[in-house]
Amino acid sequence: AMEDVSAKFVSQKISRTRWRPLPAAALQSPDLFATGSWDNEDNRVSIWSAGDLGNAGLNGEYHGEPHLLCDIQHNGDVMDMQFLDQERIVVASSTGTVTIFRHHQNNQTLSANHRWEKAHYHVDQDTSCGGAACTGVVCNNPEIVTVGEDGRINLFRADQKDAVRTIDNADSSTLHAVTFLRTTEILTVNSIGQLKIWDLRQQRNEPSQIFSLAGDRVPLHCVDRHPNQQHIVATGGQDGMLSIWDIRQGTMPVSLLNAHEAEMWEVHFHPSDPDHLFTCSEDGSLWHWDTSTSVSEKPSFLHQGGRSTAYLSHSTINQSVVSAWLSNDPTKDRMEITNLIPNQTLSVNSLDVLGPCLVYGTDAEAIYVNRQLFA
Amino acid sequence: APLMDTVPPQVVPGADPSARQLCFAWGPAEVLVCETLFGRAGGSRSRAGTAARALTGSVAGTGEGAPSSSRVFVVRRDQDIYIQTLRKLFNESHGIFMGLQRSEEELAGKSRKAQLVQVSKNYRSVIRACMEDMHQAAVSTRDPALQGQYSTQVSILSAMELIWNLCEILFVEAAAAGPLLLRLLDWVRLHVCDVDSMVREVLSSESPSKHKLFWNVVDVFVLQGRMDEARHLLSKEASANPTSMNMYKILDDLMKKMPVPSLGNTQTLTELELKWQHWHEECQRYLQDGTFASNPHMESICKILLGDEDAILEKKELMTTWYHFLVTRLLYSHPTVKPLELRFYAQSSMDLFLGGESSPEPLDMILMAAFEFEMHQVIKECSIVLSNWWFVAHLTDLLDHCKLLQSHNLYFGSNMREFLLLEYASGLFSHHSLWQLGVDYFDHCPEYGRVYLELHIERIPLSTEQKALKVLRICEQRQMHEQVRSICKIMAMKALRNNRLGSALSWSIRAKDAAFATLISDRFLKDYCERGCFSDLDLIDNLGPSMLLSDRLTFLGKYREFHRLYGEKRFPEAARLLLTLMTAHIAPCSFWMTLLTDALPLLEQKEVIFSAEQTYELMRCLEDLTAGNPDKQKFQDDDVETTKVEMLRLALARNLARVIVKEGTVEGS
Repeated sequence: AMEDVSAKFVSQKISRTRWRPLPAAALQSPDLFATGSWDNEDNRVSIWSAGDLGNAGLNGEYHGEPHLLCDIQHNGDVMDMQFLDQERIVVASSTGTVTIFRHHQNNQTLSANHRWEKAHYHVDQDTSCGGAACTGVVCNNPEIVTVGEDGRINLFRADQKDAVRTIDNADSSTLHAVTFLRTTEILTVNSIGQLKIWDLRQQRNEPSQIFSLAGDRVPLHCVDRHPNQQHIVATGGQDGMLSIWDIRQGTMPVSLLNAHEAEMWEVHFHPSDPDHLFTCSEDGSLWHWDTSTSVSEKPSFLHQGGRSTAYLSHSTINQSVVSAWLSNDPTKDRMEITNLIPNQTLSVNSLDVLGPCLVYGTDAEAIYVNRQLFA
Repeated sequence: APLMDTVPPQVVPGADPSARQLCFAWGPAEVLVCETLFGRAGGSRSRAGTAARALTGSVAGTGEGAPSSSRVFVVRRDQDIYIQTLRKLFNESHGIFMGLQRSEEELAGKSRKAQLVQVSKNYRSVIRACMEDMHQAAVSTRDPALQGQYSTQVSILSAMELIWNLCEILFVEAAAAGPLLLRLLDWVRLHVCDVDSMVREVLSSESPSKHKLFWNVVDVFVLQGRMDEARHLLSKEASANPTSMNMYKILDDLMKKMPVPSLGNTQTLTELELKWQHWHEECQRYLQDGTFASNPHMESICKILLGDEDAILEKKELMTTWYHFLVTRLLYSHPTVKPLELRFYAQSSMDLFLGGESSPEPLDMILMAAFEFEMHQVIKECSIVLSNWWFVAHLTDLLDHCKLLQSHNLYFGSNMREFLLLEYASGLFSHHSLWQLGVDYFDHCPEYGRVYLELHIERIPLSTEQKALKVLRICEQRQMHEQVRSICKIMAMKALRNNRLGSALSWSIRAKDAAFATLISDRFLKDYCERGCFSDLDLIDNLGPSMLLSDRLTFLGKYREFHRLYGEKRFPEAARLLLTLMTAHIAPCSFWMTLLTDALPLLEQKEVIFSAEQTYELMRCLEDLTAGNPDKQKFQDDDVETTKVEMLRLALARNLARVIVKEGTVEGS
């Protein structure tokens, strides 16, 4: 519910928010997150404490706003950001540079640990200008994959100075986002509505598979893969539409769901509870998509904001795996959709979910933490 | 009265008009001031101008250099926009502003007023929150210069809140006689904080009644009408002085019985006045019969209760401001003061309080204007004194929503609300980061908002595609076709410069810019002619319906399709498509030669592919090209071209021969 959300105005437009991953088998809630800013004269990467855990009441209620632990100047807009491990965070810059920052927890400082200058560039890497924005980064320690406006794909290793592999002109349009499909395969989305699979083991500089939206080639801005069922992929487009793809079959999305009224900037399956999906948009809304009610008669837990119920439309039949996202049984197809931010006007650029916690950042220069997503 | 007619002249620090003639140019949010090479003939060299204060302008950057070289000054009109801590104020109040614009005008009477008062309170709480942040920053910084800056900001914010609160009481809530006094008391209690530390010190001491400032604190409570607190303190003193117990009891009783206006409708004003008269007489009696004569402190309190101006003025130090004096005076002599009577008491209170020793400051003038219900004067004075447009823009908008400003039209622009919102939003747009907030303000300026937005939005630097998309979304939502085209064109040009033909094409497709799509298609075709292969196949193969945007794009798509068919060895289909490209005039004439050359390998296939009819058509195409071409000369001069034409003619003739034989055989058998 909204009253569990704590907000903080931070005097910088936030482009990315990311929870620090929890150590394996940890039982506690995430407590630290990182943010990146954009469109400032002086952009920053910051580490925040979600709040003083000591103040949490016995029944788990939580108060207190996020609290800045440390920050560091960042050259250019922060375009994307991903934790490599508990201490290191990889940041993609609009200058084309990719930087690994290390968070020193003993003295609460941030330092640049490694930097690939102009990993993305136009025309010539060595000229003084010519950097191209790095639009997306994804990590699978020690591997780091980046994509950019130059249509280039880079594969780095955190411990190696030079790129392990670079695919120049991988895409003739802008690559907007990247994620891992499997350890050796990645998914990219681009500005002409295509979803591509790349097998990094193959030396061919061609995607192994291309999927695309029918009709108008609406640009795709974000992509996420179902954490357990790897064939299910969600993407968000410029028109705010959520597309669900089954990469085992067809070349078109399994379902197209009307969602936001403007660009969908991020889409995330809940990492441990993938019946839940979260999307945020330029239109200032953040939606929670819940398919868990479709299987059981579980009561809905969120009552704030506008609610609507959508029905999945399907272009395929005979699903072999029963997933709420691909299910074609009309009686099960109900999906609870809740806007978690009523009355917001400026863009929600980023969100991240981990455990019961949601963090998001906006162009209205505020970060919000919801510690009781499922309470 | 128009707003700008009496704005004092502004001085650009560092620029000396007495030494050099200055020139200037207006920008959307800034003014460029430039020193010219022209000296001032016979002009005095004294720097007379620098004595005046620059009130709302600030010099953002000055050119360095020797006195002989000219300098350019960028003068910004809203300097507070650049204060980091105030960004919280701008962002949070933007949300409140938007809520107010959305709010239901239909809500009737009381509930509408309650809604507007709530909005006003929300604005004030944002100011207070910002003030606290600024105060924290001042306390935690070690840099004395920064500390001074923060402290100045705290006092500015505090003055803003003080003015806003008074306007809320008088204009937004429009409190009536009775409740009006209660509101003013709250206002004084909230804002006169100079005595708070003294009160805390006394109250927290071991025995407050022994403290040397004890009576001061009692007086503070009485002056602010905080009767219960005053009585509580007095009771401590009373228990320490059993001999004067009776005197304390009487004073305590008087204070307890003092009639106060109620917020509800439980008593009428007449009832209150009667009760109050009665109580006043009782106080008078005790004072006259010398009940408190033995204790000057208590006697003075009794005099204050009677509204004795001299007695109250004696406590000047404890009130610190004339408006506190005003409210205390009202409390004890005119508790049922009507809004329109305020002006008389305010003026005389100020005169009495300042007593000719000091002249009123701008803040005093603003408050006085408010007490006089001169709303426009308040806004005008604030515009001049404050170094930001935030305050006046938001306050005026709120007052406008209270339907208080309708009659006021300016001789320039539209109305005052819109004028101030435009100024504020223009300031936001001049900021590298806050421009997004400005958009919504322009949206709510019906007359000129759109034009301002159009002018400003084109000046946003498009550093990344993501930013361009955000700007584009703003324009698309408002059907600003001109700007949409211009943004897409800028991005397409950038992409083209970076050799990103694919991206360039997507941008022109987004803007439905046929001319530019044609230009890019030509680049693709040129690349193909030079390299013999297509770049960016992933894009060209996926043009979809956008192929129809321009003829050249259609041709590009179709031509690529021909190559695909050819690659897949679907020769008859490829041949048919190739021919159609020319006969249906999809291909530009300049490309016909290339197409005909592409036909060569098809003509040379073992199998006959072009029918007789098709071959004739090809021949006609070739002849049209060579005969109808105005550059006929060129063909004759160019050996390569001539050879090509000869080869083609030969191949066509051979094909024709083969096809006649074949068709004759097939049809004849």
